[in-house]
Amino acid sequence: MLKYLGKRVGRSLLTLVIILTIVFCLLRLMPIEGYFPNFEKMTPQQIQVGLQEMGLTDPLPVQIIRFFGDLVRGDLGTSRIYRANVPVSEVLSDKVPVSIKLGILSMIVSLCVGLPMGALMARYKFRFFDRLGTLFIVCIQAIPAAVYYLYIQLYGTQLLNVGLLFDIHNPKYWILPVFSMSLNNIAFYGMWLRRYMVDESNKDYVKLAKAKGISESGVMFKHIFRNAFVPLAQYVPTAFLNTVIGSIYIESLYSIPGMGGLLVTVIKKHDNTMVQGIVLLYACVGVLGLLLGDLLMVLLDPRISLGKKEGDR
Amino acid sequence: MMKQFSYRHTKEAKLMSGMNEAVEKAATLSDEELFSFAGFNAEAVERTGYSNYSYWRSTFQAFLKNKGAVLLLLLLALLLLFTFIQPYLPGQYDPNRIINDESGMQYRNIPPGDQFLLGTNSIGQDLWARIWAGTRTSLLIGLSVALAEALIGITVGVIWGYVRKADFILTEVYNIIDNIPNTIILILISYILKPGVKTLIFAMCLTGWIQMARFIRNQILIIRDRDYNVASRCLGTPTWKIMVKNLLPYLVSVIMLRMALTIPAAIGNEVFITYIGLGLPVDTPSLGNLINEGRALITSPALRYQLVYPTIILSFVTISFYIIGNAFSDAADPRNHT
Repeated sequence: MLKYLGKRVGRSLLTLVIILTIVFCLLRLMPIEGYFPNFEKMTPQQIQVGLQEMGLTDPLPVQIIRFFGDLVRGDLGTSRIYRANVPVSEVLSDKVPVSIKLGILSMIVSLCVGLPMGALMARYKFRFFDRLGTLFIVCIQAIPAAVYYLYIQLYGTQLLNVGLLFDIHNPKYWILPVFSMSLNNIAFYGMWLRRYMVDESNKDYVKLAKAKGISESGVMFKHIFRNAFVPLAQYVPTAFLNTVIGSIYIESLYSIPGMGGLLVTVIKKHDNTMVQGIVLLYACVGVLGLLLGDLLMVLLDPRISLGKKEGDR
Repeated sequence: MMKQFSYRHTKEAKLMSGMNEAVEKAATLSDEELFSFAGFNAEAVERTGYSNYSYWRSTFQAFLKNKGAVLLLLLLALLLLFTFIQPYLPGQYDPNRIINDESGMQYRNIPPGDQFLLGTNSIGQDLWARIWAGTRTSLLIGLSVALAEALIGITVGVIWGYVRKADFILTEVYNIIDNIPNTIILILISYILKPGVKTLIFAMCLTGWIQMARFIRNQILIIRDRDYNVASRCLGTPTWKIMVKNLLPYLVSVIMLRMALTIPAAIGNEVFITYIGLGLPVDTPSLGNLINEGRALITSPALRYQLVYPTIILSFVTISFYIIGNAFSDAADPRNHT
């Protein structure tokens, strides 16, 4: 197990390095006009000096090695345009907590609503509640998020009597963003839990439990639910870590000062250090999420063993 | 699920009644007739089981039974047809023409009425014409992206799932591509190529094919070592033949479902890309463009029609594709055939 973990962590680190290198090279492909707000008026000499200041005139490998050298010392560099001369880590530490708070609230809501919904749908399969839930899931999946987010904002703000702009200190203003963010995940958890529970309910141990005379609800929630939740558990750490990334739609709709649109903004502004910092954060979240998801599955279900799976492939 | 159970019931019932008939028939015969040898009949030996079962015909038959889906498919086909004939109807405006009245003033934000069926937008363009032109663009994007993604995704996915040596490399490639933010790729492409429908389709395929490939790969992994495939391998069937004849037919229904879901996803994606400011230029109307324009006017209730109409069309198109896709994939599953 430890050996497997070590191998896995090593490979994840390698993946991180490759991702960062590729993104680094891609960024250097960007046209240089974007680095200067008044490119047309500048003389070639000024442009050369400007590029040199940013260290863009050095050969690419030198730049990459310098970047990783700084990274190992924990230095992400300073933002150039987005918030001039402020360290990237400082910019991020302002933004991340807002997104995390929003994301965790929405995650709690979606787990608390989505899981009971899925379980009840499986319990009353093909009955009224199941059809109602299916209708909800179809609507959420088929209608583009942009549309229903807009209408929730439009009518929700009137209903709750709040302004269109976000007020971070007033808890009333958190309701709509959290609600809209949860809808999609509620549908996700509901749909898959129902699927897994229905699959599980045809197995022998369920028949045995019923034969022993355990009530229908008892079987559902004590036996089936615990087994059906295992494959879903894989997504929970990723969902948790993804709260760092935030949601572009929600955060820009309600003007929440979170991570949401930050990546798009800084790419458009050619703020390379910021882009690299954010990509590092995203990639870490992605890679770590996968790892933790697998570990959580092992913890929940003792029959799953990661090391062995690796061996027989 | 329900369908399968009822199907099994009818089959069992048929079997039972057949047996009863045979027993009754036997009771009427004398012992001599019952226990004599059956003579050799050359014709009976040659006779083989004949079935006029055709996979695609059964699929269409099963699909046609789903009235709701057929209705939606008809409506969707009419919609698509209408987007193409609408510009040739009499009295239509050009979607990009800014319309002025007699005194040279633009018709700005005229509410829906006689002159402009769905009103005009904030710079005086006819919303009716723009919506149909936009629907055409969006449907075109959706269909092309789904088709291209399916082609690339299925090819790579089958190789990824079936060839063991490719699995490790492709999985690593997936881990890397999946973690590079799509926005960077989209922005780079829009810098290198000039923005337009083709660029957008290209960019969406570039970021989307790996998800499709991964989906196919996971499906292939499930069935690659089933007994019938092992048997084929033992008999020396070439790998490509196993892929095309053994694996892909098994996956028709899931691939269909996935493709049908890619279309609404691509249309929704176009809205998102326009939203973050990387979409089509304003002179190419698309549903994303229109919704984005309408969104800016959300605060004034009198102008909300500019947001409502495009979203109605968008929701109708995406929901239809979703339901049709589900119905068709159910129909494509041979277990649901009678």
